[in-house]
Amino acid sequence: MIRLFANANYDFIKWRRWAFSLTGGIMLVGLVFLLTRGLNYSIEFTGGTLIQVEVHKKVETGVIRAALDNVGLNGAEIATFGSDTSYVIRARLAHSAGTTEETSSEAVAAAVGRALDQSVGPGQYTISRTEAVGPKVGRELQGKALMAILLSFVVTLIYLAFRFEWRFGLAAVVATAHDVVATVAFISVMHLEVSLIVVGAVLTVVGYSLNDTIIIFDRVRENLRKYRRQNLYEILNLSINETLPRSVLTHGTTIATTLSLLILAGEVIRPFAWVMSFGIFTGTFSSIYIAAPVLLWIEKRWPGEDARGARVFGSRAPATPSVPTPPATSPSQPRTPQPAR
Amino acid sequence: MGKIRQRLYFIGVFILLSIISLVPRNQKMRIRDATTGTMKDTTVRRVPINLGLDLQGGIHLALEVDQSKGPVPDCADAIQRAERVVRTRIDEFGTTEPVVQIQGRCRLIVELAGEKDPARAKSVVQRTAFLEFRITDMKGLFKDALPQIDAALRRAGVKSRGAAAPSAVAQLFGGDTAKAERDSATDANTPGVLSSLLFQGQLPGEYLVPEEQSTLVDSLLNRPDVRAAMPRGIELRWGSQSESRGARRYRALYAVEARPIITGEELVKATARRDPVTNQSVVPFQLSHRGARKFSDETARHINDYMAIILDGRVQGQPPVIRSQIGANGQIELGAKPLQEASDLALVLRAGALPAPLTIIDEKTIGASLGADSIRDGVRAGVVGVLLVIVIMIGYYRMAGALAVASLTLYCLFTLAGLAAFGFTLTLPGLAGFVLSIGIAVDANVLIFERIREELVHGKSLRLAVDDGFLHAMNAIVDSNVSTVLTALILYAVGTGPVQGFAITLIIGIAASMISAIFVVKTLFLIWLYRRPDMVTLSI
Repeated sequence: MIRLFANANYDFIKWRRWAFSLTGGIMLVGLVFLLTRGLNYSIEFTGGTLIQVEVHKKVETGVIRAALDNVGLNGAEIATFGSDTSYVIRARLAHSAGTTEETSSEAVAAAVGRALDQSVGPGQYTISRTEAVGPKVGRELQGKALMAILLSFVVTLIYLAFRFEWRFGLAAVVATAHDVVATVAFISVMHLEVSLIVVGAVLTVVGYSLNDTIIIFDRVRENLRKYRRQNLYEILNLSINETLPRSVLTHGTTIATTLSLLILAGEVIRPFAWVMSFGIFTGTFSSIYIAAPVLLWIEKRWPGEDARGARVFGSRAPATPSVPTPPATSPSQPRTPQPAR
Repeated sequence: MGKIRQRLYFIGVFILLSIISLVPRNQKMRIRDATTGTMKDTTVRRVPINLGLDLQGGIHLALEVDQSKGPVPDCADAIQRAERVVRTRIDEFGTTEPVVQIQGRCRLIVELAGEKDPARAKSVVQRTAFLEFRITDMKGLFKDALPQIDAALRRAGVKSRGAAAPSAVAQLFGGDTAKAERDSATDANTPGVLSSLLFQGQLPGEYLVPEEQSTLVDSLLNRPDVRAAMPRGIELRWGSQSESRGARRYRALYAVEARPIITGEELVKATARRDPVTNQSVVPFQLSHRGARKFSDETARHINDYMAIILDGRVQGQPPVIRSQIGANGQIELGAKPLQEASDLALVLRAGALPAPLTIIDEKTIGASLGADSIRDGVRAGVVGVLLVIVIMIGYYRMAGALAVASLTLYCLFTLAGLAAFGFTLTLPGLAGFVLSIGIAVDANVLIFERIREELVHGKSLRLAVDDGFLHAMNAIVDSNVSTVLTALILYAVGTGPVQGFAITLIIGIAASMISAIFVVKTLFLIWLYRRPDMVTLSI
């Protein structure tokens, strides 16, 4: 049998300061991009008109752009979409637009039609997709997307407090918040278009990262009960090492599927696949280097009732708001603890 | 063995249910017959998985009550009545499985799968279709009031600005308008701001306005002081088309009585045909008994008067003269417009008028070929992703990995069956979610297999290691999946359309993976151990 990282015994936690500097550096770069360039919101959020065109024979982007300027759509963006015979034209709503949304989106569609007739020639193109979003819908969506992410934090915090203990919940949420910030930084650096699907991807990253953190915390919870003589530092390292083969395998299969989505699933899904691929890395990283050290720090800052306060997780129900131990995990046969370092 | 048999029965039932829910079945659709143009029911046999608009192409519209021309007090009620009208129209329109639903309180969602003509679909949905018949201003009340209106405008300081009032003669004969415009700016003796823009038409109450001036006239007419100066019982309505007289194009403006003699509510039947003599598209209609009685009474009183047929505030064609009493039947003439337009008009007239005008706030059109491309790409990515997962799992876990892969096929079956059974729609992000969830679905198996390995390392017997491995992995599996389901539920609650599709696929996928990865794989393990009781090492 192949065993990757069997009996691995790395001191992950020792490198936490390096890890913090690394992720801090990445975030700083992301922040610079975010402040200077901002996020590239899709028209779902900004309001406006998007038209995807397939041309029958290749046309220079510049030609179409000139034609768009010619019909008065100076603010319109044009970009190739997947192949060089496929274009996406975006005309975002100007914030000060006084015209009613309906007439302006109709007008934009008509103007794009005229520009294409000029540059590509009538009948030489097919419009395969149009989207026209009013400013009201866009504003609503922005609010909803933000609410979805915040709501998922709250729900997770409550669930983890209920299943583990508030310290674990907080550490998991901090790690997940790190992933959201890192993913947004990634989106900004890659200049990916923030559409609803991308927001969905960010939320999926949230779920995936939590999932990963929980797998490690579950092992921590179990080991805390099993090895009463070791401190939290050792337990965390032990748990991360024990779950390492699983992490490698699961992330391997997930990366395999997201990469095949990224390469093969087409242009519409590509931003989603980018965010997911990055999210798997940051989710894995944060479970080990953010969630575990933060738990250690929280434990130092707000220790349990005695010096080995972490020990009380799950075993002393009245003292902490934790849930009684599920019988399945209670070790029946005591074994000698493995050396953790 | 009895326990294994029980488990197998259970799995068998699940597989059977899944297959039943995926068997192609007959579905009724209303399709427009290509030759006759009428609607008829057709049955189609297909797998009952609904594809989202982004996969099969179509039109998505979000509509709200138009409040730009004054607030609508109860938009929820208006939307509910609009929904019934739009549904009736769409059912006649001829798309398969249309979606007409109210979202939130005051928003109407209309989805037409496979529809290729967005402009036509929009006009059918959005058209208010309020039909009314009004007698034109036979007594010339509006003409008499024109001086007062001009006076009101002059008091308000409205000058005939720019191109507003060149001398009418110069305009009619296509003279040097640019020069005339310059002159008119200083001309204090203009006959009147509004009256200089109007030319008497051929019949009482008809006025012609030069096409390029029509927006200006419209804005003048909407001024409160002009409205106050309007004669009582008279309203103005634009004609639906512009027409050319000589070198210029004009739009007709009609002064009509404010009280309609009859409205479209009394209409019971409307069809479309082409008049063989004039080669015009016409929409003959029939009125109800009550409507017919009212109509014939009114027309009897107005013999030799002109009657404007007004649809959504626009006068259709030139108002005809009433020669004799008219009964239950009449027709609307559309001139040279195509028959398709006439049949759409007949359709919306039959379905009734919208209680309030609707405005489109969100519109998406996806071409069918783009949807087909998306399916092809998505399936290709899925196949490659699954193959990679299979290679990794069997390469790493050997026989146990093969069992996990076997359960993965059941996972796919269960997920698709779940989508079909609950009538959820598969969207492109949903397809991506499905591919992604295949990668995540093996996580449960990975956790279990790693546990079993650990238990084996600790020297447990095969049977005990398998049992404990499943048992001890449970906690982590449940906790991690519940948290994923929670985020997916939030996505579903907050998201719309495609994102909801993604969330649904994720939730169904997790439920399916719980069954396949834990229950099915455990059963396969039990069979494996049962058939090879002498096995000393597990291929894991």
